[in-house]
Amino acid sequence: MSRAETQPYLERFRRLEPSAAEPTWLHGMRDAAIERFAEFGFPSPRLEDWKYTSVRSIATSDFGGAPPARNPFSKRDVAFSLGGDFHGRILAFADGRYAPELSTIEALPEGVIAESLATALAGRPACIEPHLGRVATWDAPEDAFVALNTAFLGDGAFVYLPRGAVVEAPIGLVFLGLRNGAAPISQPRILIVAEAGSRATIVESYAGCGPDAYLTNAVTEVVVGAGASIDHVKLQCESGSAFHVSALQAQQSRDSRFASHAISLGAALARNDVNARIDDAGAEAVLNGLFVASAAQHVDNHTEIDHAKPHSQSRELYKGILAGRAHGVFNGKIIVRPDAQNTHAQQANDNLLMSEDARINSKPELMIHADDVKCSHGSTIGYLDESALFYLRSRGISAVEAREFMMRAFASEVTRAIGSAPVRTRVDELVTARLARGAPLEIA
Amino acid sequence: MLKITNLHAKVEGREILKGLDLEVRPGEVHAVMGPNGSGKSTLANVIAGREDYEVTGGEILYRGENLAGLSPEDRARDGIFLAFQYPVEIPGVSNMYFLKAAKNAILRHRGEDELDAVDFLEFARRKLKLVEMNEELANRPINEGFSGGEKKRNEIFQMAVLEPTLCVLDETDSGLDIDALRVVASGVNALRSPERAMLLITHYQRLLEYIVPDFVHVLSDGRIVRSGGKELALELEEKGYAWIEEHAAA
Amino acid sequence: MSRTSSALERLANREYEYGFVTDIESDSVPPGLSEDVIRTISKKKNEPDWLLAWRLKAYRHWLTLADAEPTWANVHYDPIDYQKIVYYSAPRPKKKLESLDEVDPELLATYEKLGISLAEQKRLTGVAVDAVFDSVSVATTFKKELEKHGIIFCAFSEAVQRHPELVRSYLGSVVPYADNFFATLNSAVFSDGSFVYIPKGVRCPMELSTYFRINAENTGQFERTLIVADEGSYVSYLEGCTAPMRDENQLHAAVVELVALGDAEIKYSTVQNWYPGDEEGRGGIYNFVTKRGKCAGARSKISWTQVETGSAITWKYPSCILLGDGSIGAFYSVALTARRQQADTGTKMYHIGKNTKSTIISKGISAGHGQNSYRGLVRINKGAAGARNYSQCDSLLLGDRCGAHTFPYLEVMNPSATVEHEATTSKIGEDQLFYCRQRGISEEDAISMIVNGFCKEVLRELPMEFAVEAQNLLGVSLEGSVG
Repeated sequence: MSRAETQPYLERFRRLEPSAAEPTWLHGMRDAAIERFAEFGFPSPRLEDWKYTSVRSIATSDFGGAPPARNPFSKRDVAFSLGGDFHGRILAFADGRYAPELSTIEALPEGVIAESLATALAGRPACIEPHLGRVATWDAPEDAFVALNTAFLGDGAFVYLPRGAVVEAPIGLVFLGLRNGAAPISQPRILIVAEAGSRATIVESYAGCGPDAYLTNAVTEVVVGAGASIDHVKLQCESGSAFHVSALQAQQSRDSRFASHAISLGAALARNDVNARIDDAGAEAVLNGLFVASAAQHVDNHTEIDHAKPHSQSRELYKGILAGRAHGVFNGKIIVRPDAQNTHAQQANDNLLMSEDARINSKPELMIHADDVKCSHGSTIGYLDESALFYLRSRGISAVEAREFMMRAFASEVTRAIGSAPVRTRVDELVTARLARGAPLEIA
Repeated sequence: MLKITNLHAKVEGREILKGLDLEVRPGEVHAVMGPNGSGKSTLANVIAGREDYEVTGGEILYRGENLAGLSPEDRARDGIFLAFQYPVEIPGVSNMYFLKAAKNAILRHRGEDELDAVDFLEFARRKLKLVEMNEELANRPINEGFSGGEKKRNEIFQMAVLEPTLCVLDETDSGLDIDALRVVASGVNALRSPERAMLLITHYQRLLEYIVPDFVHVLSDGRIVRSGGKELALELEEKGYAWIEEHAAA
Repeated sequence: MSRTSSALERLANREYEYGFVTDIESDSVPPGLSEDVIRTISKKKNEPDWLLAWRLKAYRHWLTLADAEPTWANVHYDPIDYQKIVYYSAPRPKKKLESLDEVDPELLATYEKLGISLAEQKRLTGVAVDAVFDSVSVATTFKKELEKHGIIFCAFSEAVQRHPELVRSYLGSVVPYADNFFATLNSAVFSDGSFVYIPKGVRCPMELSTYFRINAENTGQFERTLIVADEGSYVSYLEGCTAPMRDENQLHAAVVELVALGDAEIKYSTVQNWYPGDEEGRGGIYNFVTKRGKCAGARSKISWTQVETGSAITWKYPSCILLGDGSIGAFYSVALTARRQQADTGTKMYHIGKNTKSTIISKGISAGHGQNSYRGLVRINKGAAGARNYSQCDSLLLGDRCGAHTFPYLEVMNPSATVEHEATTSKIGEDQLFYCRQRGISEEDAISMIVNGFCKEVLRELPMEFAVEAQNLLGVSLEGSVG
């Protein structure tokens, strides 16, 4: 892509005034990142990983608008994101900046930290330095958005679980975007560090309201220590005019478990990357995803599970429901490295096409370099089962209801795997509302 | 025919057989019973020459010849047959084709003429009747999509075709309902002969109601702790393995 | 893997039986590519102006593609120097042959040695053979017999002379000259190949077959095959290939175009056994081939069956354009990579017509240091209501230094389509091997048997004569004599 498109970002970077509270190593990282971004530019569809997704509309828009001076959101908007039954700690962000007035500071177990990244960078940089920018990769043209996020890295969330800590209530991270038309960009950075044997559920929820465009470019880094277990839920309910790009990279130690549940319901263009790197034996990765799109929405899901060590397992299920003129993409890569004997990997991608103009590109990939493995993948594309639809209608259910009923049933295979009950309930409510509305939801 | 002396064997570094002695003469049927983990399946696999099982001491003489160092196929060609506890599925390979290859490998080894397709088919059909197995099943890929009972029946069918000298049946009764058990047992009984010896490895006495052994041995912690006639099996059934273990310890 | 390594090693590094060189004088152009070389080739073949113009158009386009040599495939090789390749080499003297008796006995002996007898009395019954040696077709058998049915089966260069109107209307109609880097190169320099035309309603009474042999050093083979099945006709076509063992890599960039009109059926089978290179990865053929069939008419059917055991690198995706309503495409493939072979192969199924169907069965076997990739595209266009695809891609790993990769691309733009893709990867089972050996079967036979069972769904698609050859190539004995 052309130089011109990166220019506004380079200029804004030059004008950036780093906060005095920040550690100096961060400046070096930002400098390196902007250099990479300048070199790569926005990813082009000529890159295999961006083959089906053009980000021209992002590249040619100017998302330089300053966010409103006063936070335009209320606690009601936070409740929309997480539901009424959510009783854990909530960190809320408005257009990418931490909003304490919207956050809920529930007590956390001894030693557990969940605070804004800006606070953590100022207060405990030593906890952050070993991980930040080292889990996510931003050294290839495919990762240009991660480089861009890193270049402007400032705020977001930091969650730390000390050895053996168990946090029962989920921790909520709520990102709200745009209430009036200044076309802002929000680039939150989330760092989750789970020490050995710890356990928690973390929910990232993105919501917004239109009708103007804004861009969310989020990066999440997760370090899962030995025997630790992290359930990560991402609920993407951006407004129908938003652009949403996000990348999650988990790094797993021995016998750890990482589960990602990526629910994608909104945005004009959404691109989700979810990657798990299994760096030690005995670890398990579960990547689940549900994407619903209609009208002219474009939603692209990329996942990669890298089995680098033996005796690890992964299960992956992504489901898509596409209506209107929506375009869905699933690209799931499973890599089994030469040392990763006894890997067990299962991957499935099932898609429903609900209209004449909807389309899907599914690309499940296996790259196997070890011989003692059991790996499989499957992909299906089709319409709802006509005979089941007929059965429901013959029992007196209307055609519209029957379709919704079947779509909910299709989606529930993904949502019911979410462990935390209040989170699962809210996800189900939003999926149901999304399917009934036939368009992205917006916060009121 | 089979003389096992002070046999020690390891699996994955763990010693399972710890000095086992057993002698089987032609025409005899021996039952080896024992609780889970006593080494029953290890014994079967060691006799068949499975390489994951390491013999660390003692010897197995078969027809006077030490089996040490012989490959599984050499033992099979010499007449040792193992009916597997869990028969293996091999997709795409027809059971009959497989058996014909096996039968001819054995005939070749004995210096006898190989069977051509027609002769083999005729021969195999006679054996099918023994286990009440239909030809359609016999022609399917090896054990693929077979029920548990069909797999076990197929093992006995293969045994009938290959006409071994020493038959080792590893938990052939496990997972069988009573009707299947009866069919399998009658197939085995039909193969009893003065030249052929059988080693029945089982956890339950049930099988021995249908295939009556000449001798019963109780295996515990890698050794034969008690031997007797068929009545020993009944006694075991009544009193349980704990009784034997106490007895052995005493 | 230690215990089975010896048998696997032998399978992975098995001897290449066809590596001999025929000592024959040849008429070659100097290495290198230029408009002059293309004019020379065209002149040697006494081609009409339109064909020379077409070649030159392709060549000029190819020059613009200098940076467009495909790099997306999962294969690795040093850059090819296209100026070092000899683009035309023919056994000399190449005078007009009146009958097979006039074919150089050296050549007949070569084919004899390859198991392909061209002599009348020893021919494979029911198989007509076109023998291509380096750049030219040297003999075609059963021509007269076929002519009785109105079937044209001859060398491509002969078809250009005798049936220019047919060649002209179909050449490039499925694989246009600008299709891709290698197809464009082929369009510029193609030397010979086979041409088949089956008239309306005719069921070809025998298998048609082309046997390709690369002999000369530093020579590329760029053949072009065109098969047209007119309405309601049927043909089964086979191709086989071998090359001498040489330390240099040689390029084979062929193009195959198939056209099936309404209700016609073409079955195209390949047993590819080009020299794979030695154990260290020296030498071997780069097999960069473009094969595509067009189901132009309603209810037409094209199936590709391939057994790929040779070549240092295989890059090919026999494809079907399912244009006619109710047309059917199929792809059955076994690809074996041993030594240091690399294969990136698969298919593309373009569903355009309504109620079109496609089936993909791909079996990849990797041994030694072999790298095997399946890459396949299933595209359901907007208008392809009721389209269905089923794909199954299984990989078998023999040894721990090889790799198996699966890259399916599913692109669906119609809600009434049903697309299913399944893939599995597994290693040859220790349990399976022990089971076979306990029944008295040797380890090597057991491996062959398991490999054969794994490939069965594909091998049964091959005509009998080729199934035997394919199974031998896979190091397996013929199965199925019982049951």
